[in-house]
Amino acid sequence: MNKFAWPLIGFIALVALLAVGLNLNPREVPSPLVGKPAPAFSLARLDAPDTTFSPQEMHGKVWLLNVWASWCVSCRQEHPVLVELSKRNLVPLVGLNYKELRGDGSIDMDKVDAASERRMALERAAGWLRQHGDPYTLTAMDLDGRVGIDYGVYGVPETYVIDKAGIIRMKHTGPITPDIFSGKILPLIGELAK
Amino acid sequence: MRHRLSAVLAAFCLLASPAQAGEAAPRAEDPLVEKRLVAISSELRCLVCQNESLAGSNAELAVDLRREIRTMIKDGKSDGEIMDFMVARYGDFVRYRPPLKGTTLVLWFGPALLFAIGLFALVRYLRRRNQAIADRPLSADEQQRADALLDARDSGQ
Repeated sequence: MNKFAWPLIGFIALVALLAVGLNLNPREVPSPLVGKPAPAFSLARLDAPDTTFSPQEMHGKVWLLNVWASWCVSCRQEHPVLVELSKRNLVPLVGLNYKELRGDGSIDMDKVDAASERRMALERAAGWLRQHGDPYTLTAMDLDGRVGIDYGVYGVPETYVIDKAGIIRMKHTGPITPDIFSGKILPLIGELAK
Repeated sequence: MRHRLSAVLAAFCLLASPAQAGEAAPRAEDPLVEKRLVAISSELRCLVCQNESLAGSNAELAVDLRREIRTMIKDGKSDGEIMDFMVARYGDFVRYRPPLKGTTLVLWFGPALLFAIGLFALVRYLRRRNQAIADRPLSADEQQRADALLDARDSGQ
């Protein structure tokens, strides 16, 4: 064998390793929640603030939980996909509004008391949905982001596919593109709905 | 928001210098709690800015998580329980020192393995080269030529 064979093989292996590494998305952290029950919560609904929503209500259905906020720029990017999804009436799409006011860096939360935070958050979220269209079956308001922590939210938007038994089957961090929707989410929904 | 943030940062700075550790108390926070908070959050990665620790990051989520950890410390949770809380939500990736298990074997031993392979290749290469340049006696033919050359030089003088 040529004396350059082994160094060449080593070099090619190294290039292959680095090529794979460079093409991985460091933002995509595998969620330990996939395969686990969706964490329970009980939060006020945007459409009816005096009533609450909790994931148990969705038992027996395949559904999507989409984390969004009006200050989230990428949410605007994925919104048309969600609106399209809701038109097709495939599965319930529940919105989790994440830190509507607190996540918006421009508001000094020390000057906002709890009651006005709630009022302002509801107004802003509802206003945003009026403007961009409301694809959600309902939206739950996570004002302080505690539920977000339980769901391991670290970058809005995030989307969870939850099965009939309440188990999280997929988590997608970042905006849903039409490709991801038709290539990953749609087949999974079809499979889970069987 | 910004005020609270700078207050937290100030508390960290005070804690960082041992001489003034006693004086960090004026802030309502219990210095022991803050000390544990810093110790735990230094071990955790901030998922928003991934190369910062949770202790050093100003990201919104890091502030929330520090508050969460502080609450857990006050509730008497052990460091292990707090770690488990974080790992259950964000995965092993949040730990700067990931646990040793099947999926992290390459991470832990990969570099050592590469080093061993490199060392092996180097030693083998050096040995082979040594053998290749080892002294070997001249053949009769070569000896004759060498003698002839030497004779020619001697007689030339």
